[in-house]
Amino acid sequence: MFGNYITIPHLLIFIPLVTGLLAFFVKQEKLVKGWALCSSLVTLLVAIAGICYSKNEALSGYAYSYEWMKYMGASFAVILDGTGRLLTLLTAIAFPVIFIATGRYSYKSAPAYFGLMLLAQAGLMGVFVAADALLFYFFWELALIPVYFLCSRWGGEKRIQATFKFFVYTFAGSLLMLVGIIYVYLHTAATPSADHSFSLYSFYTATLSVKEQNALFWLFFIAFAIKMPVFPFHTWQPLAYEQSPTSVTMVLSGVMVKMGLFAVIRWLLPVFPEAAARFDNIVIGLSVVGIVYASLIAIRQDDLKRLVAYSSIAHIGLMCAALFTAKEVAAAGVMIQMFNHGINIIGLWIAIDLLEKQFAVRQISQLGGVAHKAPVLTILVVIIAFANIALPLTNAFVGEFMMFAGLFSFNIWYTVVAGISIILAAVYTLNMLQKVFYGETNTLTAATTEIALSEKLALAAIVVMIFVLGIYPQPLLDLTKESVSLLLTRFK
Amino acid sequence: MNAIILTAAWGVIMMFGGVFFKSKATPKYWAIVGILLAIAAVFAEIGYGESYFNVDLKGLLHFNSFNLTFIAVAYICTLFFFLLNGSDIEKVGNHVSEYFALIFFVLCGVAIAATYSSLLTLFIGIEILSIPLYILTGSDKRNLKSNEAALKYFLMGSFSTGIMLMGIAFVYGGNSSGTFLVANMGIGQGQLPVLIAVGLVLLLVAMSFKVSAAPFHFWTPDVYDGAPTVFTSFMSTIVKAAGFMAFLRLFDNVFGAAHSQWITLVAIITAATLFIGNITAVFQQSVKRMLAYSSIAQAGFMMLAIFAINDTAKEGIVLYTAAYSLATIGIFAILIKMNDYTVEGFNGFGKAYPLPAVAATVFLLSLTGIPLTAGFQSKFFMLMAALKNGQHTWLIIFAVLCAAVSAYYYFRVIQAIWFKEATTATSVADPAVFTAAFKTMLVITVVLILALGLFPECITNWLHY
Repeated sequence: MFGNYITIPHLLIFIPLVTGLLAFFVKQEKLVKGWALCSSLVTLLVAIAGICYSKNEALSGYAYSYEWMKYMGASFAVILDGTGRLLTLLTAIAFPVIFIATGRYSYKSAPAYFGLMLLAQAGLMGVFVAADALLFYFFWELALIPVYFLCSRWGGEKRIQATFKFFVYTFAGSLLMLVGIIYVYLHTAATPSADHSFSLYSFYTATLSVKEQNALFWLFFIAFAIKMPVFPFHTWQPLAYEQSPTSVTMVLSGVMVKMGLFAVIRWLLPVFPEAAARFDNIVIGLSVVGIVYASLIAIRQDDLKRLVAYSSIAHIGLMCAALFTAKEVAAAGVMIQMFNHGINIIGLWIAIDLLEKQFAVRQISQLGGVAHKAPVLTILVVIIAFANIALPLTNAFVGEFMMFAGLFSFNIWYTVVAGISIILAAVYTLNMLQKVFYGETNTLTAATTEIALSEKLALAAIVVMIFVLGIYPQPLLDLTKESVSLLLTRFK
Repeated sequence: MNAIILTAAWGVIMMFGGVFFKSKATPKYWAIVGILLAIAAVFAEIGYGESYFNVDLKGLLHFNSFNLTFIAVAYICTLFFFLLNGSDIEKVGNHVSEYFALIFFVLCGVAIAATYSSLLTLFIGIEILSIPLYILTGSDKRNLKSNEAALKYFLMGSFSTGIMLMGIAFVYGGNSSGTFLVANMGIGQGQLPVLIAVGLVLLLVAMSFKVSAAPFHFWTPDVYDGAPTVFTSFMSTIVKAAGFMAFLRLFDNVFGAAHSQWITLVAIITAATLFIGNITAVFQQSVKRMLAYSSIAQAGFMMLAIFAINDTAKEGIVLYTAAYSLATIGIFAILIKMNDYTVEGFNGFGKAYPLPAVAATVFLLSLTGIPLTAGFQSKFFMLMAALKNGQHTWLIIFAVLCAAVSAYYYFRVIQAIWFKEATTATSVADPAVFTAAFKTMLVITVVLILALGLFPECITNWLHY
């Protein structure tokens, strides 16, 4: 619609990028808050426009491309396929919701805070639209840097160590991926201007022997597994979630972990389909172990943030397992679950943030009886928590059902073991609800006040999405249908 | 040819100018004019093949787009060095114009080491490069550490020079055509004759010493730590890069055909350099010493070019020179202004001086190799060159894991700058040292680093003239 020069994917990257850079120079806190919110709302509009207007290009087909490093065969190529649209929409929804929900609080050096948030958004958008391996790598790292600074500057007490562990972990993973990218690149066909090419299409058609595929698969998979995180690469995650400021935790868990899953869908499975099929049992096995392991640990957590962090590991593990089954129903389930999980977990974090800001504690054992004084908050949180357990009528049910169905047809035993996590999720979530919101009030929670209108709106928006997508998930399925079938033509 | 004659002549001018310069600040401007002239002359030679001096070289020197581009990059980095550090050179001692004269002689050596085409000119180039450095290292005459560093550097340097000469003698004696000229050496693919093989190993040792590759790196931390910080900055960047240039050309042009016979040896040296540089840098408390070890670590990455020997390696070494020199010169320029050289000395720097702190962060990110900075592109080219080579893939995996380790010590400084509060009552730096001119130069350096990070081809394209 904008001609061939500036297209929707470009706008999705450049709006947050430019506004983020400008935000550093806005001096007043109020002004910069408004600026960031406006920017994120504009991005949201563009993302919605992307869903409505963008042409339905096939994954391997047409991409909007500029020459970048001509003699290297790298280009600034972006595409917006179904998966990309879904995740850019998630990113575009997440940021305004976060800004609104945390709008009441003031941050020290606010311009830097909001500037970095917007830069992180630009990086994430870039990852989801990049159609060139080098460009993808650029954004993959660039999304990390602002988040690193955000966590280390505005986080909790042990923030510096926690974020640094997170950073080094992911950095090491990405460097391994970089070696993999270069290796595949050296095996791509020549283009008119360069010997090899970084484009998505030439990566899909690279000639790699079986042995090479096997080794490269692991180079890529480790990078993505750290990001998701899949057991046993998850050790950075609970600490990082706990120590980050909650708004950043939302970005991390709501959107950023989807980078790992998305990269598996866009790069790993289509580029190394045979290796992926060969190692499917290892990956699914690790994921299933991780699901049960994380669920069990979640039961024992007293800290709300850690509880949600471990529950997130379990959910992501299920998505990763479902992806490697190579079943259509499971892949479609993963697609919508990526979106739903992002929405639900951001809702949970908002609730935790509200509790923490009010009581200055996150320990389940110290809270209780919040429902007496804050009924609206309680109702909204209970619904979001139900979505976290994937109760029918909520959005997560659809996705989980489809993923389990796929896993079932792959191997029944995996389903049995992973299925335990449904029960465990109910245990820890309901336990948390009971102890925090119901029961007797104590001295700390006696003075509970109801949440403000803006926070109600933010949570209500999430609850509405939970119900709408729980009852009528078809739009999401339609959106990603093509991507799923394309993925499965390559990865059988 | 322009570069060699101009820098040598300008060195002489600077030396005698010392008699006439009234103010201590004057030599700096003369030096900047000199380097600008040299840069312009080099570009004239790259772009239009314009050489102002027609000398019959008897095939001792060879100029092509590759080595001229390297010289241009090295000189531009020197320009930045002068602009950022000019006023700090004045603080080292009383003989300011002599310091600049010596730097110009080093630059002459850089040009010869980059363009030699005979083993004799290689030797002369390396010596012209080294001898002024021994003096510069000891230029802080009243400081015991500076004296110790100079003596150590001189002794070890002479020793490696001896080894190099012996290597050259063996190669001369061993090749069938009995010549010093690189082009006529005719060392083929087959099994190397014993004399040549011995010469190769001796030259490898000597060159490894010059570029501080392990296990010949032991002089580096002491010398870099002891020398006046401004000269450490110069030594660890431009001079080291010139060493690599000579190293690369030697092993490409003379021993290139026998690549498969020495590749394992170079791979081991590379791995050792990466390992020792990165691991020891982790334990340093002083930022200056940390940068000394990190320069060994970066040398490990540059060694990948010697390991690979292909076109991408050539592009990579030029790019690496630019990226690494600019970032290191920048971070040293800021370090000099600090009151305390330890990592803790940087605590609260971000709050006190936001702009220099942002610049320091970009320099450190570039040294780590984060995308969007020149440092990423240079590492990327090196990895690409090494992978193209197709052998010893383990070395590449090892190299990137070492790069991940390097994040540890560079990010410690970033953490101190931004996330820690100043602990002592004394300020981190005197506000007067961050003048508007200095800040402007920092911004320009940062912009250049980011520009190279986005468009590395603006340098590598010169190679294809």
